[in-house]
Amino acid sequence: MAKNNDNVLLDVIDLNTRFFTGDEVIPAVNDVSFTINKGEIFGLVGESGSGKTVTAHSIMGLVHPPGRVVSGKVVFEGTDLLGLSQKQMEGVRGNRIGMVFQEPMTALNPVLRIGEQISEVIEIHRGCSENNVKERTLELLRQVGFDEPRKRYIQYPHQLSGGQRQRVLMAIAIACNPSLIIADEPTTALDVATESQILGLIEGLIDRLGVSMLFITHDLTIIRSMGQRLGLMYAGRMVERNRVDEFFKRPLHPYGQGLLESIYGFSGSGRLKAIPGSVPNLAELPSGCKFHPRCPCVMDICRGDEPVIKEVGKDQWVRCYLY
Amino acid sequence: MGSLLSVLEVKRYYEVRRSVFSVEKEMIKAVDGVSFELEAGRTLGVVGESGSGKSTLARCLMLLERPDSGRITFDGVDLLAAGPAQIRKIRRKLQIIFQDPYSSLNPRMTVRDIIAEPLKFHRMVDGPGGVDSRVVEILKSVGITDDFLKKYPHEMSGGQRQRVAIGRALATEPALVVADEPVSSLDVSIQAQIINLFIDIREKLNIAMIFISHDLNIVRFISDNILVLYKGKVVEMGGRDQVFLNPLHPYTKMLIAAAGGEFSLKPEPTNGSGPGQCPYYDKCKDRTAICSSQAPELKGGNEHRVACHSPSASCRV
Repeated sequence: MAKNNDNVLLDVIDLNTRFFTGDEVIPAVNDVSFTINKGEIFGLVGESGSGKTVTAHSIMGLVHPPGRVVSGKVVFEGTDLLGLSQKQMEGVRGNRIGMVFQEPMTALNPVLRIGEQISEVIEIHRGCSENNVKERTLELLRQVGFDEPRKRYIQYPHQLSGGQRQRVLMAIAIACNPSLIIADEPTTALDVATESQILGLIEGLIDRLGVSMLFITHDLTIIRSMGQRLGLMYAGRMVERNRVDEFFKRPLHPYGQGLLESIYGFSGSGRLKAIPGSVPNLAELPSGCKFHPRCPCVMDICRGDEPVIKEVGKDQWVRCYLY
Repeated sequence: MGSLLSVLEVKRYYEVRRSVFSVEKEMIKAVDGVSFELEAGRTLGVVGESGSGKSTLARCLMLLERPDSGRITFDGVDLLAAGPAQIRKIRRKLQIIFQDPYSSLNPRMTVRDIIAEPLKFHRMVDGPGGVDSRVVEILKSVGITDDFLKKYPHEMSGGQRQRVAIGRALATEPALVVADEPVSSLDVSIQAQIINLFIDIREKLNIAMIFISHDLNIVRFISDNILVLYKGKVVEMGGRDQVFLNPLHPYTKMLIAAAGGEFSLKPEPTNGSGPGQCPYYDKCKDRTAICSSQAPELKGGNEHRVACHSPSASCRV
C-alpha cells in the first residue's frame, strides 16, 4: 500500500467495529482498509446493512455503546484518530473533517436561524470576532449557491426546501476549511432534479476548495459520474477496491458484477439479471466468503476459510478466490 | 374502444392553510387534469419527482380517494358514478401494491391469512381446503415456498414481504394492478428479482399494470408507454422509445440526463409559478416570452404528446 506517499490524506487500516448486544456480537465492520488521496472523491458503496455508515462513524469516533471500534487504525493527516481523546476528537470533527448527513430535515436545529447554525461552527473552532464570523457566514452561503445570503441568514430550517437545507449542511461542512468531507448518502432523501443540483454543487466545491471526500452511497450511478476510486462493501467487508472507470468496465468481484448486471444488464429474455437470494443477517453469517451462497462462480474453497483481500492491479484489490 | 381503463380530466385538489396560524387557504393541485387510456395487458409507466402527484393519481384510480372532478372508466363502468355494491365487485379486478412492504402488510396476520383474506372476501374459492390449496398456488407463483405459510411479516426480508404483497394483489385475479414505487424500498440486488417477477406475471396472466416510480431506468425497462407528471399535470406522454429516445419536454430531458449521471449546476429557483404560466417555467432552460403568460396544452398525435410551447427548440439534449 502507498503508505509513505505524501499524497495520502486518510489511511484506514484493518478497521474492526463490533456491536455487543446481549449475548450476541454483531461484526459490523471487518478488516476494512482503504486510503483517500488529497483532492479525491472516494466512493464507499454497498447495500443497506453492508457497514458503510458504521465505517464512517468509526472514522469520526461516533460509534456509541453497545458498539465499539475493537481494532485498526485511522491515520488522518499523520495522526491516528483512534488514539485521540474525546476532547481532542472534538477539535477534529467539524474542523478538519466536515460532515454531511442524509437527512437534511433532522440534521439542522429547528429553532436556530440558518446563519446562527453556520456561525456556531466557526466560533467553536476558530473563535473569530463577531463581524468576521458574519462576513464568513454570508460568504459560505454564497459559495453553496444562495443568491440572497442575507435573506437566508435570518431564515429558519422549516422555511427552506430539502435541497436548500442540504446546501446549508454543505456550508457548515466547509465552514472551517476542512481537508476531508464525509458525506453519508447526502442526496438520498431528495428527488431527482434536486439531487442532480446538489451533486453538481458538491463536485464544484471539491474542485474549487481542493478538499477530499468520502462519499457514501448505495447508488452506483452517482459514483460512476463523480468518483475516482471506490470501495464495495458486502456484509461488513470490503470485497473490492477499484478505480471507478475500471469497475464499470470490468468489476472484479462476482458481487460487483451481479450489482452492475442487475442495474444495467439485460439478459436475452427481456429479464434483468438478478442476484439470487438476499443480503445475509450480520448475526448469522455463512462460513467462508460471505457472498458464496449467492455467487454464480462458487467453488469448494469458498465455503472454507474466508478469502483475504489482495492486489490484482494498480489500485485494484479484491477479496475473492478467483484471483 | 378497447381500452380497459380510461381516465379523463381527473382533478384532485387539497385545501391547506398557508401556515399553522393562518386563516388564508391555499389550493394544492395534486392532480390537475390528467387524462390517459390503458389497454388490457399493457404497462404504463408513470414518472415524476416527489410531489408531482404520482401517488395521488394512484389513490384516485383505486378510489381510495375521490377525485374532485373528471371521469374514470374501468372495464366499461364509470367508477365515480358506480354504487357501493358495484364498486365492491370491481375492486376484485383492480388491485394495488404499495411501496413499503413493512407497513402495507398486517403484522398480526400470517402469510397464509394475508393471502386468504381477499380470497374469502370475494368468495373466490369454496371451503377451507380450497382456500389453502389456492394460497399455496399463489405463493408459489410469486416465488415463496409453503414453509412461509405460518410466518409473520416481521420474520421475512423486504424482498420476501414484497413478494407476499404482490401475491395478495394477484389473489383476486385482477385485470389491472397499480404498483406505487414497488421496489424503491428494496436493496439493489433484490430490486431486479422483483422486477423480473412483475414481468413474469404480466406475461403469464396478461394483467395490465400502472407502474409508478421515480427511477427512470426501471420504468424504461418495464413499460410499454410512459407518462411524465410535473406538478400534477401531464407534461409528456407516449410510447416508451419515443419518450426515451426523443424526449420533447425540457423536464423529461432533465430527468433522463440525471438518470444517466449528468448533473446540472443551476441554482435552485424560487418556489411557485404564477397562475397563467407554464408549470415548469421557473426551472426551464428553454423558456420564452409566451411561457410566462400561457400554460401550454398537451399536444401531438397518439404516439407522442407534449405540453410545451417550443418542444422543437429544445429537441437537442
